[in-house]
Formats: sequence, structure tokens, C-alpha cells
Amino acid sequence: MRYALVGNQNCGKTTLFNQLTGSNQHVGNFPGVTVDSKIGDIRGEKGNSVVDLPGIYSIRPYTDEELVTRRFILKERPEGIINIVDATNIERNLYLTLQLLEMHIPVVLALNMMDEVRNNGGTIDIGKMEELLGIPVVAVSAAKNEGIDDLLHAIREVSEHRIYPKVMDFCEKGAVHRCIHAVSHQVEDHAERIGISPRFAATKIVEGDRDIIESLRLSENELDLMEHSIVEMERDSEMDRNAALADMRYDFIEKVCGQAVIKCQESIEHIRSVRIDSVLTNKYLAIPSFLLIMLLVFWMTFGVLGTFLSDLLSLGIDALSAVTEQALADYGINPVVKSLVIDGVFTGVGSVLSFLPIIVVLFFFLSILEDSGYMARIAFVMDRPLRKIGLSGKSFVSMLIGFGCSVPAVMSTRTLSSERDKKMTIMLIPFISCSAKIPIYALFTAAFFKEHQALVMMGLYVLGILTGILCAVALKKTMFHGKPMPFVMELPNYRLPSVKSVLLLMWDKARDFVQRAFTVIFIATLIIWFLQTFDGRLNVVTDSGNSLLAMIGKFVAPVFGPLGFGDWRAATALISGFSAKEAVVSTLGVLTGTSMSSLGDTLGTIFSPLAAVSYLVFTLLYTPCVAAVATIRREMGSVWKTAVIVCMQCGVAWIVSFMAYQAGSLLGM
Amino acid sequence: MTLDQIAVGEEARITKVGGEGELRCRLLDMGLIPKTIVKVRKVAPMGDPIEIHLRGYELTIRKEDAGKIEVSQL
Repeated sequence: MRYALVGNQNCGKTTLFNQLTGSNQHVGNFPGVTVDSKIGDIRGEKGNSVVDLPGIYSIRPYTDEELVTRRFILKERPEGIINIVDATNIERNLYLTLQLLEMHIPVVLALNMMDEVRNNGGTIDIGKMEELLGIPVVAVSAAKNEGIDDLLHAIREVSEHRIYPKVMDFCEKGAVHRCIHAVSHQVEDHAERIGISPRFAATKIVEGDRDIIESLRLSENELDLMEHSIVEMERDSEMDRNAALADMRYDFIEKVCGQAVIKCQESIEHIRSVRIDSVLTNKYLAIPSFLLIMLLVFWMTFGVLGTFLSDLLSLGIDALSAVTEQALADYGINPVVKSLVIDGVFTGVGSVLSFLPIIVVLFFFLSILEDSGYMARIAFVMDRPLRKIGLSGKSFVSMLIGFGCSVPAVMSTRTLSSERDKKMTIMLIPFISCSAKIPIYALFTAAFFKEHQALVMMGLYVLGILTGILCAVALKKTMFHGKPMPFVMELPNYRLPSVKSVLLLMWDKARDFVQRAFTVIFIATLIIWFLQTFDGRLNVVTDSGNSLLAMIGKFVAPVFGPLGFGDWRAATALISGFSAKEAVVSTLGVLTGTSMSSLGDTLGTIFSPLAAVSYLVFTLLYTPCVAAVATIRREMGSVWKTAVIVCMQCGVAWIVSFMAYQAGSLLGM
Repeated sequence: MTLDQIAVGEEARITKVGGEGELRCRLLDMGLIPKTIVKVRKVAPMGDPIEIHLRGYELTIRKEDAGKIEVSQL
């Protein structure tokens, strides 16, 4: 058996999924969709699985999330649907339920957060609800792991015995009723041919759903007839088709709730939320408290916890690497193989792996911000400025994370609901200067601008942001000229995040990252090692200036001539910076044959101060490191688009550095 | 009058939902349909969007879109 888990956003769907499956989850790939859905085996029931479909409010074909859900239900035809509903917000949640009822698949309604309703003096008459909706209804508390067995029993019952939802009219006798019945009758044969319920087909035709209408392959004549009924309905009901259907559904819901629900007084949770919001979205306090919260998250992640764990991990890797090196040396193995293992594998993968704790810690905080409901408030507060560059408030958080590291920043765009916003945000994140570039800035500013070190660094950050904004405006006008997704967003009550969900998410991100570290990043570091170790005749180099990498550096160096740093060592350092930005510094050290302490003075012989500025600007803006590129590829789902991003970054970097250098030269600097 | 003109703390009854395409469907799906009573709770610190309360939950929409929802004040 395979069940689909469907529900609104913020109704506890993921929590219920985690309760049902534990950690037996994996990402499912269904054809033709870019949004992931998770599959998990139900605990203790071999062969029965649940698919966690994205949180949606309706089954229209607008967002990717909605498309995924309906395609899964229509094409994959799960044996049953578990529709989870937030009992404290039942009216709007049932709107989706009514659409699921039409799809002719066994459904069980899981009334989540019933404990909250009862605690606040409300009740829901479960028996009455079952009678009015024609499906089993089970009260659960996903957070407290209550009612799960009853739910599983109910879904097994309806799917094993194929008990479909009772076909019923949501409408009183009237214009809408007549229209739906007429269309339903006309479409019956077609709908049965493609295996969907006539009733569902009819409502979708009335709503003007192109996806369904096309798949039904109706004749011109049939379409005209149906259109005639719909126009008649619009005239008689004095509402257009979409409003008429929404009105019909909400009317029915109000009737159901009127009979089965005793509403509670204002709930404690709501009062608490309003109180929290009186600070967090307050006119004057909103932005300071937001900055404070983000500062705290950053400080914990990049300053305290993450760095501590990262250092610990790199110590471990270093120790392991030293032991291995000793063992290999004792064994008398070929020095090239030893170099491959130590300089290639350990250094490469090790340096990437040391990011892992930072990512895990950051996602720990992010998932708390998301699950508690604060992320929605950030979007509410920051929407206005981001709208100007064609994005919505939700992108703001991802961009902020970019100041720490592009990898988790790109990963965090998962939480964005629109594919367009997600792609655009990913393209802008590399413009935000990540923390790995700080050593480069520190080295150069110390060598060239001792007096104004902080000022130059600040200038670089600002330049990155400004370039990002300019690119966003350009992207908005070209690639992403489509309309941004409408900003109609729920502000859920604040809730304590579930420990289990937070831990599972951290585990998920960690696994995802490690997987990448050992595939794409592994290969990339091996390539760089190869280029660094061998010369053109595949002999091991003794002088790093003769390596393949240096040859490539010498080959591309003229490209950077107009930018003021045509030196091959500068170019080679940039290439090795692709593996990790910190490598720019170490490569410059190796190639100039100077120790870190005197590297600053040596740089003075390669760069003029103006060339140093130009070089800094270039490192600020050029291609993200291999870990970030691999993440971008994963999130964009396309090698081609990733290549475009890399090329765009390099192109922009070249142009801006060129302008900086030439302008400086003209001013006689 | 339209929803964006309702003062914070005031309630209004929706008479007509304008707009088109995805935005309009989204508004209807979220329960913003004629006869629904809506309360304006808050304006975001930078002056846009607004927070409204309806059908027992909180929703945020941009002023521009709220301007497409016709209401009568209660």
C-alpha cells in the first residue's frame, strides 16, 4: 500500500510524517517535477509507505507544489490519502479536503491539534463530521504522537476495502449545482477514459483548468456546450466561475462547521502569538529584533558552536591524515600515491568536510526559525525592500546566510515556495561575500591598505551587494520577467518546534552534504590535485611553477592583463580558489615561495595597489567554490543552468574589475 | 471602498474580489470571498504588506492586492 499525505502548510504535516515513518525516509523522484517529495516506510508495517507531498491550500495548477500533489494523486494513484487538517483552523483547511473528496480515492481526515481545540474549550463532533463529509475522521496530535494508531487503522481499512468518499453535492440546488451536473454528465466518458472522476473533471473544467481540459481531449463542440452551461451559471449566480466555486465550497464548509464544530474562545496559543508579535512585528522593534536574532544565529554558527566543531573536526582529519601519511611512508609506498591520498583526498575532502558542522548548526537554527513561525514574520517585515528587486520577503533569509557560506544559503532556498523566486535567489547568493573570502581580504588589505583595512573590507561587501542588486534588476527584466508569485501568505501561530523534526532535518542536511563531499567535490579536488602535481609530460613536478595548473595559469593570465594582474601566479591562485576560496591565499604562498608571514611584502612585487583592488574585486565576484557550485547544481536541477551561473559570475567579475582598474588608472592612481 | 483603506483594528465585509489569474484564485482559495468578514490587524513596519484576520487565522497580503478587494465597512 502507498498512501499520500496531503495538507495545508503549517498544519503539522511534516511532524505527522516523521511520527509515521521515523527516520526511514528518502527523497522520491517522480517524473516531471522539480519539487522533492519524501517517501518513508510506515513504522512496523513493511511494504506500506507514505509520501509526504508539499503543503498546499488548493489543487489548482499554479505552483509547482500544487502540480506535484495533483500529478502524484492522478498519475501515481496512491491507495489512500491521509488528509491532515489543523483543527484550530478548520474552515480554511477543509477547503482542500473538499477538492480531495472529488478525486475518487479513499480519504481519511486526520484532525491534528485536537488537544489544542479542547484545551481552549472547543469541541469537534467527530461522528457528525464523518457523516457530513462521508469519510472517516480521526483526532490526532502529531506533536504528542497521539491517535497515530487509530489513523493507521482507519487508512488501512478504507484503502484495503476500497471505500471511496461518498459522491455528494456541495451545492444547494441552484445555478452552480445545475452547471456542475450538466458538465459532469457531458464529460463522463472522457473522464473515465483517462481514469479520473467525472465530478473532479467537471469542477476543473468550470475552473478553466487547462492541464485537465487538455488531457480530456474534448471536441470543439463539447467545449462549446460546456462553456454555454458555465456562462449560464455565471449569469444566474451573478458571480464569475472561480468565485462561484469558491463560494460553493466555503458555503458547504460553513454548514459542516455549524453542525459539527463548537468554536472555542480565542485560544491561548493565539493570544500568545499576538503578544509575541507585538514585539517581533512591531513598527519600531521589528527590524532591531530581527537583526538581533540573526546576529545571535550568526554568532552561534560562525563564531561559537560551528567554528568550534569545525576546528575539532579538522583537528581529527589532520590527525588521521598524519597517521595515514606516516603509515604510507613506513610502507614505502610510491610518493605519488602518497601525495594523492594526503594532498588530494585528505586535504581536498577534508577541507570541504570541515564545513559540515557549520551547516548542521546553521540548519538547526534555521529549522527552529522556520518551524516556530518566525520565518513567515521575516517575510512579512522584509517584503517591501525585496519587492523592488523582483523578489519577496522570504528570499531575505537565504541571502543573509550567504554572508556566512553560500552552501547552506543555497540549500535554504528550499523553503521558498515559488520556483522562480528560488532560482533567482540562488543566482544572487554568490554576490554576497562569504566568510571563506575573508582570509584573502585580510591578506591584501594588510599588505596594501594598512591604514584603511576595515574601510576597504566594508567597501567590498557593499560592492558585492550593489552588484547583486544591479544583476537582480537585470535578471528581472530578462530571464525572470515572469510575474513573481503573489504574496498571499499565512502567518501561523507561534509554536514550539518539535525536537524530532529539527533533528531529522539536521540529519537530512548533513547526509546530503556528506554525499556531495564524496562525489562531486571529491572528483573536483582530485582534478585540482592532478593539475598541481604533474607537468605537461605527466612527470611529478618539483617546482610548482612547472605544474599543469601553472601552465593553465600562464595560459589564462593574459585575460587578466586589462584588470592589472596579468601575472601567472595571480591567475593560478584564482583557479585553485575554485576548490575553496581560502586556497587563493595558500596558492599565492606556494607559488611565490614565501612563508605566510612575509607573503604580504612579496605581493607588493606582483601587484600595484590599484591592481590589488582590482584583484580583490575579482575574487569577491568570480565563480563560487566547488562546494557551492555542486549545491547550486543540485538545487537548480540542471548542469546547464549552473554553468550559466558560473559564467555569469566570472563575466560580471571581469567587467567590474576592469571598470575599477581602468577608472583608477585614469584617475592616476 | 477597498480593503487597503480600512484602518488598523477595523472590520469590514468583503463585497467583491477583483484581480485576475493566479492572484485572484489564491485570494479565493484562502477564503477571501464575498460576505466574509475581515479584520485589519497590522501594517508591516515598512508600510507594506498588511496583516488581516479572517476565518480564525492570520493572513498577510500586499496593499496593492488588498486594493483589489472591495469591502463595506462594518
